[in-house]
Parts: sequence; structure tokens; C-alpha cells
Amino acid sequence: MAKRSNEPLLWALFSGGGVAAAFLLPVLIFLYGLAFPLGWLQPPDHERTLELVQHPLTRLVLFLLCFLSLFHWAHRFRFTLYDGLQIKHLNPAINLFCYGGAVTGTVAAAYLLWTLP
Amino acid sequence: MKPPVAYRQYHPKWHRTRVSTFWWSRKWSYLKFMLRELSSVFVAFYVVILLLQLHALRGGPDAYQGFQDWLRNPLLVILNGISFLFVLFHAVTWFNLTPKAMAVRLRGKRLPDVLVAAPNYVAWLAVSALVVFLLTRQG
Amino acid sequence: MAETITIEVARYRPEEEGEPALQSYEVPLNKDWVVLDALNHIKDHVDGSLSFRWSCRMGVCGSCGMTVNGEPKLTCATFLSHYAPGPIRVEPLKNFPVVRDLVIEMTDFLEKLQSVKPWIVRKDDPAPAKGEFLQTPEQLDEFKQFSMCINCMICYAACPVYGLDPQFVGPAAIALAQRYNLDSRDQGEQERLDVLSQHEGIWGCTFVGECTEVCPKNVDPAGAIQQYKLAATKDWFKSFLMPWSKQ
Ligand code: SF4
Ligand code: FES
Repeated sequence: MAKRSNEPLLWALFSGGGVAAAFLLPVLIFLYGLAFPLGWLQPPDHERTLELVQHPLTRLVLFLLCFLSLFHWAHRFRFTLYDGLQIKHLNPAINLFCYGGAVTGTVAAAYLLWTLP
Repeated sequence: MKPPVAYRQYHPKWHRTRVSTFWWSRKWSYLKFMLRELSSVFVAFYVVILLLQLHALRGGPDAYQGFQDWLRNPLLVILNGISFLFVLFHAVTWFNLTPKAMAVRLRGKRLPDVLVAAPNYVAWLAVSALVVFLLTRQG
Repeated sequence: MAETITIEVARYRPEEEGEPALQSYEVPLNKDWVVLDALNHIKDHVDGSLSFRWSCRMGVCGSCGMTVNGEPKLTCATFLSHYAPGPIRVEPLKNFPVVRDLVIEMTDFLEKLQSVKPWIVRKDDPAPAKGEFLQTPEQLDEFKQFSMCINCMICYAACPVYGLDPQFVGPAAIALAQRYNLDSRDQGEQERLDVLSQHEGIWGCTFVGECTEVCPKNVDPAGAIQQYKLAATKDWFKSFLMPWSKQ
């Protein structure tokens, strides 16, 4: 049996994040980045947003979105740095930056969603 | 894995070219690949915004209003516009490449790629419509 | 006089020059000539010292791959008229060391090919006395596309990952591994996975997709690699959740 590698796990997270981001990010960025700030559409106010986010299902979806999207980024960006800049020798630093960032973001998302009033 | 083939005794003078650091700028399809990979940066960028939004949400109505005003900053609007184009590119390339990774077979025949990709697009529209509905429905 | 077209050929004679250099030739622009015909014309009538590989002249042997105007091509299937009025630049395949002129060194590819065992692996070797293994047309169809590969290495020349990391097993070898994995007669999937589940195996691939674009035989190595990743991931989760299922 060959050396056990964790690439399959990282790839599964990358793929899951690719799906989550593809389905949800275009519409979310369109609304929060363009349509609401530019006044094309009326954004939900604080009370309404809170009510939406408090729903357990929304919390779960948002958590998964953050978690998977971040690991999607970590995986892709790691390879982009390897290939695009040919800095493979900086491997440990790149891995720390990418996956460390993803873990930090995921923990932050879990904390924020969990402790929401 | 074995090490790459070493110089052989009788071929001391093979010529090797190094791949340029800017290999991806030489050809449109390579550049497209790089842009596709860079879309991940904007994915992460949005997650950061989402985390800030959740943080503001916990801070009460005033803090949340502050967050919404912050989003109106022209610089941020431009950045989000670029970001939107990138995630759109990510979504389209992602859906188009799915059929390659999953060879779906039906009665012994491989389904044509369009038929595998089409449900993705339908679901994508449905999800997007649902999100718009949830976020713009007043009261 | 008939029309002609200029061909710029990369020459590299290690005993004479340290760097490859382009040399121009005028060749007749016959409308049914391919780039390989022009090279043969040069070798026969102009400059006998020009070196290149070819054999079948009909897109089956896979030995005439070269870089034509920057793109990896089978030169026996690439028409001169397509590039008129020229000039056409012919260089050796990228990502491989050049031995001489248009001839590249391919030992690396051959060793990688061997490492994935591209043949039918049986646990009950020698073949059963009952005779041949039967296969239905549907079972053949599962892997037929991947079996069309002629080992021309054009996909390796197009693959930036292979160019950047020569350890990467590369498109054709993985597609051929998948070809045997999908063969109903084969039992070697686990052995191949042990080789290919390394970082230099399937995980090195970032799905640039160029291998599939350039393949003259429609093999779709990029698709094969992603399918392989999916299968390896399922296998990983399975052995993680049910360690006892491994034989
Ligand atoms: S997969 Fe296609 S391009 Fe690659 S070696 Fe085989 S036939 Fe050539
Ligand atoms: S000479 Fe055989 S494939 Fe071109």
C-alpha cells in the first residue's frame, strides 16, 4: 500500500466548494455588491436579515458556504502559486497561508453563526 | 515515483528549455485557465465580506446600517463588480467541466455533455431566484 | 514556377551549436502536402542532414509530433495550405529535451507509461483454461475512447503542469491507466492507484484541459484524469470509513 495521502480529502473539499460557490456566489455578490448598494433593489433591513439568518437551515447553508468556499480557494490558489509563479520551494509557507487562512475563516464563520443572538 | 530521467552517458548535450514564468500569458487558452484559477481569490473575498456582514449583524441595527453604507463605497462597488464577473466565470466553467469529470452513462451509452450540464444550469437559476426572492420579499 | 512557402525549421546539432537556431527553406506549396511532406522534401532534395521522426504518414504511429507555429501537431496530419502564405515554423515538441533538430528524447514518457501498467492485470494469471474473456459492446464502449491513444506525446507538449514539473505522470499515461481500469477484464485498478494516487500522479493535474484540446485522437485525457480523481476520492472515503473493506 502506498503512502496515505490526504489529497483526496482536499480535493473533495475543493470540489464541494466549487459547487457551493458556483451556485450561490454570483447571485449573492450581484445583490450585496451591486444591486443593493446601487439602489436597484431594496435590501432587507437588520431585523429581517437577522430573522432570516437565525433560521437553522440558513445558518447551516452559510456555514457550509464559508467552509467549502474557503477550502476551494485554498486548493486552487495553492496550485496557482505553484504553477503561475514557479515557487514550489516555498511550499510550507504557501500551505500554511492557504490552509491556515481557510481554517481561520471557517472557525470565524462557525463562531459568528453559532453565537448570533 | 522514480526520479526524472537523468542525462545519459551518450547524450551529454540534450537541449532543454525552461518553462517561462509567464507561460500563461502566451496563449489565450492558458490565460483563460489562469483567470479561472484566480476566480478563487474573489470567492475568498466574498467570504470575508460575508463574515463582516455577520459581525455587523450581531452589532445591532446601527452597526448593520454602517455595514450597508460601507458597501456603497464606490471603490468597493467597482471591486464587487469585478468580483461578480469572476464568480460568474467560475460558475460557467465549473458547470461546463462537470460532465468531463462525471461520465454519466445511461443504458450503456455515455450521455452527451450538454445533457449532463443542463440540469446544473436549471438548478442554478432556481437557486438564484430563490435567494433573490428571500432577500427582497418585504415583511 | 509553382507557388512556394517558407518553412523555418529549428536546427540543433549538439556538436556544432549550443543553442537551437532557425533555418529557412523554400518548399513547393502543394495543396495536398502536409508539413511532414515538406520536411521529407527538404531532407531528400535540399539538406540531407535534417533529422526528424516519422513512420506511418497516416496518423497512427504517433512518431511525427512537432510544434507547428507554436502548437503541438501531428505533422503528417497538418496541411501546408492551412498556413499559407506562411511562413511556417516547425520546432521539436515542447517540454522534452531535444536530442537533435526535431528529435526529442522520450525515455521519460516511456518509463511513466510503464509505471501505470497499461496492460490487462489478472489475479488468476496465467489466463484461464476456459479460453478468451468475453466482452459486450457496452463494456467495450466504456473504455474505447481512451484506447485510441497513439502515444504521440502531443498532450505532454501542451501540458503546462508537465512542463513545470517533469515528475508529473502526465495526460496520456493516466488516460491509458483509466483505459485498463475501465476494462471489464482487468483487475489491476488498485495497483495503478497506488502509483497514481501520489502527488505526481493524478493530483498534480490542475485541469488546464489543453491535453484534450490538442489530442489528435479525441482521447480526452483531461476527462480521464478528473474521472480518476473522483474514483480515487471515493476509494479514499471508503477505506477511511470502512478500513476492513480493503482486501
Ligand atoms: S492522449 Fe492523445 S495527444 Fe496524448 S499521446 Fe495519446 S493520442 Fe497523443
Ligand atoms: S507519421 Fe505516423 S502519426 Fe504521423
